Amino acid sequence: MADVIDHPSRAAATPPDTRAATGYNFAYLDEQTKRMIRRAILKGVAIPGYQVPFGSREMPLPYGWGTGGIQVTAAVIGPDDTLKVIDQGADDTTNAVNIRSFFAKTAGVATTERTTEASVIQTRHRIPETPLTEDQILVYQVPIPEPLRWLEPREAETRKMHALEEYGAMHVSLYEDIARYGRIIKSYNYPVKVNDRYVMAPSPIPKFDNPKMDRMPALQLFGAGREKRIYAVPPYTKVKSLDFEDHPFTVESWEQSCALCGAGDSYLDEVVTDDKGGKMFVCSDSDYCEQRRDAGHQGDGGDSNYATRNEIPENETSSGDDR
Amino acid sequence: MAAMTDIKPGFHDPVLDSQAVFRAVLDAMARPGRLHRVSHLKDVPAPLAPATAAVCLALVDQDTPLWLAPDMRSQGAETFLRFHCGCPLVDDRSTAAFAIVSGGKLPGLDGFAIGDDAYPETSTTVIVQTEGLATGEGLVLRGPGIEATHRLAVLGLRSGVWREWADNGPLFPCGVDLILVDDQTLAALPRTTTVTEQEA
Ligand SMILES: [Zn+2]
Repeated sequence: MADVIDHPSRAAATPPDTRAATGYNFAYLDEQTKRMIRRAILKGVAIPGYQVPFGSREMPLPYGWGTGGIQVTAAVIGPDDTLKVIDQGADDTTNAVNIRSFFAKTAGVATTERTTEASVIQTRHRIPETPLTEDQILVYQVPIPEPLRWLEPREAETRKMHALEEYGAMHVSLYEDIARYGRIIKSYNYPVKVNDRYVMAPSPIPKFDNPKMDRMPALQLFGAGREKRIYAVPPYTKVKSLDFEDHPFTVESWEQSCALCGAGDSYLDEVVTDDKGGKMFVCSDSDYCEQRRDAGHQGDGGDSNYATRNEIPENETSSGDDR
Repeated sequence: MAAMTDIKPGFHDPVLDSQAVFRAVLDAMARPGRLHRVSHLKDVPAPLAPATAAVCLALVDQDTPLWLAPDMRSQGAETFLRFHCGCPLVDDRSTAAFAIVSGGKLPGLDGFAIGDDAYPETSTTVIVQTEGLATGEGLVLRGPGIEATHRLAVLGLRSGVWREWADNGPLFPCGVDLILVDDQTLAALPRTTTVTEQEA
């Protein structure tokens, strides 16, 4: 009798080999939860920049580890994927290492630190410097998905503002910066408009990374666990940072290049090199820096006067943990 | 009530097959008009196509009311969908999260749920069974997910569908999304995709 079939619930409870060893559901989440998240992701792709509500599940990880991004990754990832996880550009932070090993254990996926080898990249606070391709999916961990939240605390109101495309208050607020400081001081989580319709929070990436989102060949997915929102930017979709004709959007630049690899086009972090206050600037994207050094590029080792950033970011990144 | 042995089997591996089919649909929705093969189900009850059944098993469940067009109804199909997906089958297509239709008898697109401006995701995803899909010829597609243009030929659609599709786009952020199916192949057209016929 070839057509004997298991009831779906029984079949789902029978773990194939990849799961038998671990005792977890594949990628931790149960199938009903994954279906619900998958449907939300598809709607997000169909409505670029719109925040789709979903039923977030408790994850076995402490808050601050990006449960929204992890749930999106868990719903997307399969045994053929290679996963890269970065935190502030680095693959070797506790956060990134733990998320990587979580998926290696629960989904049996290959992991990598090389941007070019990854099919799925989960990120907190950076976009890799190496341009992403059509064969990649970038998953952002998002702490606060609502770009209008700091102007309007009520969810019903912000939902109405998005529905009516009522973004005047946002523009007024940004323009107040210009009136007061001569420029827009927001340098992380700088709001963008997606496909000329929805204003969207890019998550607390530096605004340096905003231009990379525009017409990116990779699919971009965003997951906010605490606020239970998923949104997306399809490939080759227009993403424009909000600005004004007389004050066009600009990104951070540095007078110096990376002390280790000499890159003049990457986002630099200031690091303390000794206890006498010595400092140097190095690539925030550790894989990018390493690939350049492997290719023979060299920096000045931080010997010359250390660089100064032309714009001082406001101090908001450290509080931007996902829950 | 059909006997258990009359129900065609579902996925061989529900977990991994669901993931693979979802990824095909995700890439299809993210890159409108590109063809994806989903060959996880081979023996499915008529009149469902294998790709239609696979999409349903991957995405449809008790939370997503499903509407079957009159020419898509059969005892085999309904039993299969109820058993494997556990979904309610609804009579009113404006209340459906998913719908299965044939291209030749596609009901008016304006009768499906289009969502509302505050919750535009509460719209119907319409699975359209066609008589053939091919890239590199036919319709000219533009929009998010497409670098410049993409060509997609869709066979077996009744006339007027693309005129109705042209009315669907301006409803954005509301509107329906289409998953086009041909046997074991699928492509998708999200509401953001504009379609031009007969372009030189
Ligand atoms: Zn470097």
